[in-house]
Amino acid sequence: MKLRFPTPHSRPGEAPDFSDLVIPAPDALPVPPLTLAAADAWDYANGLVRVLDDSGSAVGSWADYLAEDAGDEILIRGLRDMLTMRAIDRRMQNAQRQGKTSFYMQCTGEEAIACGFQRMLKKGDMNFPTYRQQALLIAADYPLELLMGQIYSNELDPMAGRQLPVLHSARDYGFFSISGNLGTQYVQAVGWAMASALSGETAIAAGWIGDGATASNDFHSALVSAAVYRPPVVLCIVNNQWAISSYSGIAGGGEATFADRALGYGIPALRVDGNDYLAVLAASKWATARARGGHGPVAIEWLTYRAAAHSTSDDPSAYRPRDEASAWPLGDPLERLKTHLNRRGIWSDARHAQAEAEILDHVVAVQKEVETHGTFVDPKPLSPADIFRGVYKELPEHLRRQRQEMGF
Amino acid sequence: MARMTMIEAIRSAMDVMLERDQRTVIFGEDIGYFGGVFRCTAGLQKKYGIERVFDTPINESAIVGLGIGMAAYGMRPCVEIQFADYMYPAYDQITQEAARIRHRSNQDFSCPITIRMPTGGGIFGGQTHSQSPEALFTHVSGLTVIQPSTPYDAKGLLIAAMETDDPVIFLEPKRLYNGPFDGHHATKSKSWADHPAGEVPEGYYTLPIGKAEIRRAGAAVTVLAYGTMVFVAEAAVAETGIDAEIIDLRSLLPLDIETIVASVKKTGRCVVIHEATKTGGYAGELIAEVQAACFYYLQAPIARVTGWDVPYPHAQEWDYFPGPARVGRALIETMEA
Repeated sequence: MKLRFPTPHSRPGEAPDFSDLVIPAPDALPVPPLTLAAADAWDYANGLVRVLDDSGSAVGSWADYLAEDAGDEILIRGLRDMLTMRAIDRRMQNAQRQGKTSFYMQCTGEEAIACGFQRMLKKGDMNFPTYRQQALLIAADYPLELLMGQIYSNELDPMAGRQLPVLHSARDYGFFSISGNLGTQYVQAVGWAMASALSGETAIAAGWIGDGATASNDFHSALVSAAVYRPPVVLCIVNNQWAISSYSGIAGGGEATFADRALGYGIPALRVDGNDYLAVLAASKWATARARGGHGPVAIEWLTYRAAAHSTSDDPSAYRPRDEASAWPLGDPLERLKTHLNRRGIWSDARHAQAEAEILDHVVAVQKEVETHGTFVDPKPLSPADIFRGVYKELPEHLRRQRQEMGF
Repeated sequence: MARMTMIEAIRSAMDVMLERDQRTVIFGEDIGYFGGVFRCTAGLQKKYGIERVFDTPINESAIVGLGIGMAAYGMRPCVEIQFADYMYPAYDQITQEAARIRHRSNQDFSCPITIRMPTGGGIFGGQTHSQSPEALFTHVSGLTVIQPSTPYDAKGLLIAAMETDDPVIFLEPKRLYNGPFDGHHATKSKSWADHPAGEVPEGYYTLPIGKAEIRRAGAAVTVLAYGTMVFVAEAAVAETGIDAEIIDLRSLLPLDIETIVASVKKTGRCVVIHEATKTGGYAGELIAEVQAACFYYLQAPIARVTGWDVPYPHAQEWDYFPGPARVGRALIETMEA
């Protein structure tokens, strides 16, 4: 008897190999009815919803389904959101290297998923994100001063220094407080969606989890609860291939897609090209419409690649080929959308370069202003006594005494 | 006023809140149609409908995790963990999520959830139906931890818990569900029908969280207890004839340290009792606080009587359980020290 210990195709020094990944044509899967049952969803959980073909044209029934939801302005907005996200990621990554903040996590290569999904949400909907969905905030027009203030833990930080950088909270922007523990918030999204339905409201919730954390117990808690009560929740699984150094096969053996797992619970699922902004829009439109229509939960596996390191504390060259990101068959989401807009005749390389420069200027200007409110290099210390505030709604006597002992 | 068991008092509290606050929702394993394995929710689903009182899958992490999502939304979930011994799969949700959401989000979100769980032994439940995990909750900032010992307190404190804007762990001493139990397991069970604290108002009332109750005034020694141990202490005091002051803590976090300190300064002696295991137990915390505040008033070392540091046994339940004989010995030793 021999056990199987899954290992990735390629390690450092070896050639990247994604030959196992089957990429069907964009028109391979028709748009299913919103009432799609798990029993009829095998093709959707094992195929790949795509809109952009290899030449950058939008084709197939999902492109038709998008219709005015993929208008010129919406797509240019999407491109600008992704450019903004990437600029912020680069600036914050560098700020960490300069010692201005303790920590940072980039979402490079995954921007299309959060930017596109957010477009289909409405006021009152709630995301339960992981630490790699900061692009939801960009697409929701969250003020960049607050976003960067949080990363610098300075006096602009809405959380007053309580949380690690990137663990944002923004209720008014449909962004639940991120825990930092993995998986726990997936089932909370289901609870939120149940509360919305029980309250007679129309808001929906979205749970977010990575391929790695699908192995956690609360992935099961969320799926079994969603299957039982059928609340209006979209359960997103961002399969970016890597959980720090563990490739996706460690999370589940690689025998089935992550979307396929939902089918066993009786929840229909889509597997979607997460680097195709239009496919993200189309799948998000369908899934949110299904949830809003009272047809119950749906799972979506967003297929993508974590092009950057896990965090500023990680060095991926220690466990995967340096050039693996560039070999990823689904390409770069920004480049693919840009190519599409160029083909469409509403964008050009020159306009792109100009937009990129303008966005970078804006991000840098905001960053400089935010840094005047304090960085780790030039700190403006937050009130030590403030750590006692908000442990409970009212400060209990024992905490008042401890605060006094601290000197305040 | 009506006569109620602790089960009926707890049910009445949820009944009152379901009626009074439309945001209230009750769920857990077997608590809906069936009414709970201890009957605490009997009839509530029929009265308020399946959308407000419902069964859940056997997944404690889901029970609390769903409750957290609902509480953050603005509802008032009161969930049941069937036995405190089953709470461990939910410990992550309780300690890392419910207890932290207000603080970590700088009050952007909050988590007003009440988590009920039957605790303690004395029912031949073996190691998985008898545990007293209170110290695993009192060690967590952001939680409120309550354990009543009478029907009257149970109802008033449960309503107060359900009106609290932060998470509350509500530990129900299951051996007291049907009557006060003083540890004399071989004698006939008593019922709440004959006890003054079995008189419970039918409507709404609350008791303040964080206030201990002096169950017996005395001058010789202070006894700190909660849950079942309150009645064990009463028996031990009656049997030894020692004029002890028995304080029922009721709320472990926050702790009514003022009442405790005033009593120990008066008596100069203190015995702490709990059913949970000894090492790292809540008695250690109580003793540390008391000695710091009362050192120059103490005439004897502070004693503690607890369960042994072993898994709760089944057949040898009464060898584990800190009954009146052990408590009585500790009282005598403390008086003679």
